[in-house]
Amino acid sequence: MSKIGKGTDPRSQAKKDLLVLLERAQSRSDYLSGETIAGLAESLGLSIGEVYGVATFYSFLSIRPQGRNVIRICKSLPCYLKDAQTIIDGVRKEIGIEPGETTADGKFSFELTNCIGACDKAPAMMVNDDVHTDLTPKKISKILEAYK
Amino acid sequence: MLEKRVVLANCGVIDPEDIASYIDKDGFKALKKALKLPGEQIVEEIKASGLRGRGGAGFPCGLKWDLARKAQGDEKYVICNADEGEVGTFKDRYILENDPFSLIEGIAIAGHAVGAKKAFIYLRAEYRFLLGLLEKAIDQAREKGFLKHLDIEVRLGAGAYVCGEESALMESIEGKRGEVRYRPPFPPTSGLWSKPTIINNVETLMNIPRIVLKGAEWFGGMGTEKSKGTKVFSVSGDVGKPGVYELVLGSSLKELVEKLALAKKVQAVQVGGATGRIIPANMLDTPLSFETILGAGAVTVFNKSRDMIDIVYRTLEFLAEESCGKCAPCREGTEAMAAILERFTRGEGLEKDITVLGELADTMMLASMCGLGQAAPIPVMDSLQHFRGAYDKRISL
Repeated sequence: MSKIGKGTDPRSQAKKDLLVLLERAQSRSDYLSGETIAGLAESLGLSIGEVYGVATFYSFLSIRPQGRNVIRICKSLPCYLKDAQTIIDGVRKEIGIEPGETTADGKFSFELTNCIGACDKAPAMMVNDDVHTDLTPKKISKILEAYK
Repeated sequence: MLEKRVVLANCGVIDPEDIASYIDKDGFKALKKALKLPGEQIVEEIKASGLRGRGGAGFPCGLKWDLARKAQGDEKYVICNADEGEVGTFKDRYILENDPFSLIEGIAIAGHAVGAKKAFIYLRAEYRFLLGLLEKAIDQAREKGFLKHLDIEVRLGAGAYVCGEESALMESIEGKRGEVRYRPPFPPTSGLWSKPTIINNVETLMNIPRIVLKGAEWFGGMGTEKSKGTKVFSVSGDVGKPGVYELVLGSSLKELVEKLALAKKVQAVQVGGATGRIIPANMLDTPLSFETILGAGAVTVFNKSRDMIDIVYRTLEFLAEESCGKCAPCREGTEAMAAILERFTRGEGLEKDITVLGELADTMMLASMCGLGQAAPIPVMDSLQHFRGAYDKRISL
């Protein structure tokens, strides 16, 4: 029987950069395809399951194709108290999809997310890496226009 | 004066993109002083100051450093936890935006004190917009020769609340799923890649250059017996002036929310985020300290128009979503609590639900692997204690 936790584990060395590599792959092609996951597993000497496990743990990594721009509206309490629902409804109306969906033209994916740390300027949302704060339903179309 | 800016002293004063403006404000003087001293002496100074962790757990910082310094091995790590994911917390964002240099100086001192040559700043994915600023600040410090003894690398999270928990965070830096570890061993003896590791919150590390420069006695002169120094609070919700406020520990919650943040008609305040305490209006004069209520300093205010059961339901829904799923009490308990609370929001609570919530709470607090599951029942139990009437009104059977 092998002793757990003894000596250096070559697999932990291989894993070391897995999350960083997944983040890079995601920013290159918007999502982590089956091929990407299998390719990473092979090159790092890990099982596909291990790579898939990491890829599906984190909410900013996606194994499904995403739109070119990802909208994330904060649904946590401080934004909820500042009527985040009107922002959610506003985005829904503006791009015609529900949270969890991607527009047919592939321009936008729409998600709800947990606290993004902009509670002092609630309600807030992210579009890709940009944080937009003090939102009102009126501001939405102008903000999204810049990403079209 | 209610506010006291120690940690935030340079925020809004220096240019976060220009190290010269920081050096003008005595920047890196503490590091220069520290590098001339043996690590042991710095650790003793931090111990004597009484500084406790600002990320929520409040562990004595000097003790943590002492354990890591004395641990066997040449390879040691310093980690700065900048995975500020607690609901209602944004103080670290404010600090990073305005004064990344003090943080770098604090990390550099920590590295020297414990004998680490490598440090990581684990920055949450939601703060990616700060990555450039932070890396630029590190580059400038390196160019000025302040980081000869320590390499600082920024690692970006990928969206997981639980990674703010120290053992999950280390798993994440190791490239794995951010699932919590069994403890012991604790990080100072066996942390990142099983090496001795100190892991400190952004705000904790911000205090280090101040203490090294002005001394433990000065620091210990602020606060209460067991809560020394100041604390930075993130205030949001039903207030006139949301924002970041720094107060001496022991200041009252009432002063913070009513005098500074201009809250009116307060019904309750959640202190410490999703797993924090819910304080009803009649207890607003509670002091803010480790002995009473604190957490990481998230303060969310609810006025009298809010439905407290709805608030608690949303809190548990969040925790259920963010549970890493490794242990059953947390994974199942948060789901079960959220389902019961959801029924109450619809006015369809059952008499026995109150008992069930209590039983779930006992099990979760006793048997969960980490702080998430152990503290998840707190908002439920607090609301049952202070707002029982609201529950009783919605019992349909």
